[in-house]
Amino acid sequence: MRLSSEETAMLNGEMGEPRRWAMQHMVQVGRFFDAEDCVKVSQAHMMADTESLGEAGVELIEGLARHGEADRRVRIPMITDPRGIDFKHYRTLKQTDAMAELERRAVTAFEALGILMTDTCINYQTIMPPVRGEHLAYGDTGVVIYCNSVLGAHSNFEGGPSALAAGLTGRTPRYGLHLAGNRRATRRYRVEFQPQSLSDWGAVGGIVGKRTGSYWDVPVIEGITAQPTSDDLKHMGAAMASFGSVPLFHLVGITPEAPTLEAVCDPKTLAAEPVTGRDLADFFGNYGGKGEKVDVVVFSAPQLSIVEMRQLADLLDGHKVHKGTTLLAVTSPVVAADATRFGITRRIEEAGGLVLQGMCFYQSYAREMAIANGWKRLLTNSVKLVNIIGGYGYQPSLASMQDCVRSAIAGEIV
Amino acid sequence: MALIELKCHLGVGPKVSGTALVTDDNFSARYDLDRIKGIFSRPQHKLAGESYVDRILVVNTAKGGVASAWMLHEMASRGMAPRAILFNTVNPILAQGAALANMAMCDRFADGDVTRLIMSGDEVEVDPANGIVRVTR
Repeated sequence: MRLSSEETAMLNGEMGEPRRWAMQHMVQVGRFFDAEDCVKVSQAHMMADTESLGEAGVELIEGLARHGEADRRVRIPMITDPRGIDFKHYRTLKQTDAMAELERRAVTAFEALGILMTDTCINYQTIMPPVRGEHLAYGDTGVVIYCNSVLGAHSNFEGGPSALAAGLTGRTPRYGLHLAGNRRATRRYRVEFQPQSLSDWGAVGGIVGKRTGSYWDVPVIEGITAQPTSDDLKHMGAAMASFGSVPLFHLVGITPEAPTLEAVCDPKTLAAEPVTGRDLADFFGNYGGKGEKVDVVVFSAPQLSIVEMRQLADLLDGHKVHKGTTLLAVTSPVVAADATRFGITRRIEEAGGLVLQGMCFYQSYAREMAIANGWKRLLTNSVKLVNIIGGYGYQPSLASMQDCVRSAIAGEIV
Repeated sequence: MALIELKCHLGVGPKVSGTALVTDDNFSARYDLDRIKGIFSRPQHKLAGESYVDRILVVNTAKGGVASAWMLHEMASRGMAPRAILFNTVNPILAQGAALANMAMCDRFADGDVTRLIMSGDEVEVDPANGIVRVTR
């Protein structure tokens, strides 16, 4: 890799040990992916939950945080993904004091590095949305795919250590989606139905993601005439990234790099693969459970926007969640503040639900919560969550937000 | 005993040896593993119930989220990690995680599908710095 004089100085430790560590990490990753040099990035976003970090990760951050302020502070605006603990409610969820203590240590260390603890995976809806062409070092696959696809920004998937390295150096290795040639479509899908709900949009993402199945392929989607909202594309992107590790999609006529099909591919050489109504039905059919007792209904992954929070409150008004079922609505601290101000949190909680902030369900010691609470059957409208949560010992089921709420009230999957 | 030498892209991590555990399925530390027990836990995964600890894990590609980057480091810190992971193609997250965890990782094999070239139970030496994997069976 070609390094600038400043990058070389960082690598040689002339700008402190944290930046030496960061530059060395970036060179290792850059060489692995044949990066020729680094690209300057304007923001970093990092996974910061302690279930992922573990004791070892927290100790690593604490070690960096012990350096002098000039050496340890990040050089660009740097924010965090959801953590694992809502300190107000963790005991209700039967998370342990040890989990909360590890999380407190992590927060203290991150703050010492100058990181803003936004604790959100919907920063593109709530904090500072990137603009087209902006180079970023973002973590959370849902954040990356949305910002690349819907906003036209340029980011690879940056895991926690790489996002941190980018924050400390203001750079990331130039490979993958930082190169224009890697943003052209390599797979083409024609959707033969119109998504009707957030979970339908998620299912389209899940189907396309599963078929694409590679970080290095870019799907272009045609056939959708319905106008999507930000929440629709949030669910579609998050599911696509989850099922296929896909970091970028184009939606013809909607996303900025694909005003036409021809703008992102040669239609004569790239045949369209159909995505049919039967595919959609089969996708939902993978997640059964109808008529079974539901232990926990989860709205999370991604965190809910204020619009989703109000939709949920509207559906719950005048009803009570069944006493054998737990209903969780998970959002960002910014949205939670608004939801409280607007009376939305009160309405959800009066119906028996619990509003959680700054965390995400699957990043929150989900296995330990399942054991402690006796949760097995989980119902959600998040396609991303049903893909993840099976590995944590849950039996996941998928339904629209409306049917999730009806099931939570009935105590069984309707 | 036959010795097969496979060429791949230059990788990361140290030179290691071990016994192969192979699948044509994909891999995510978050989605697929019980990291406390050191086994594949997602029921639909083709290696469900198998221990990956100290094995040379051979899989098709990476999937899912960014968590694996921290998780490989955490798993290695407890001695509950694979010695190496070989992919046909890896995504950035797993490569970043291997770099942090000092775990051997290689991909892009010149000789074809690595999940067919190596069989579970083979003895495997992984040399990331030179982009070479030696298989004894």
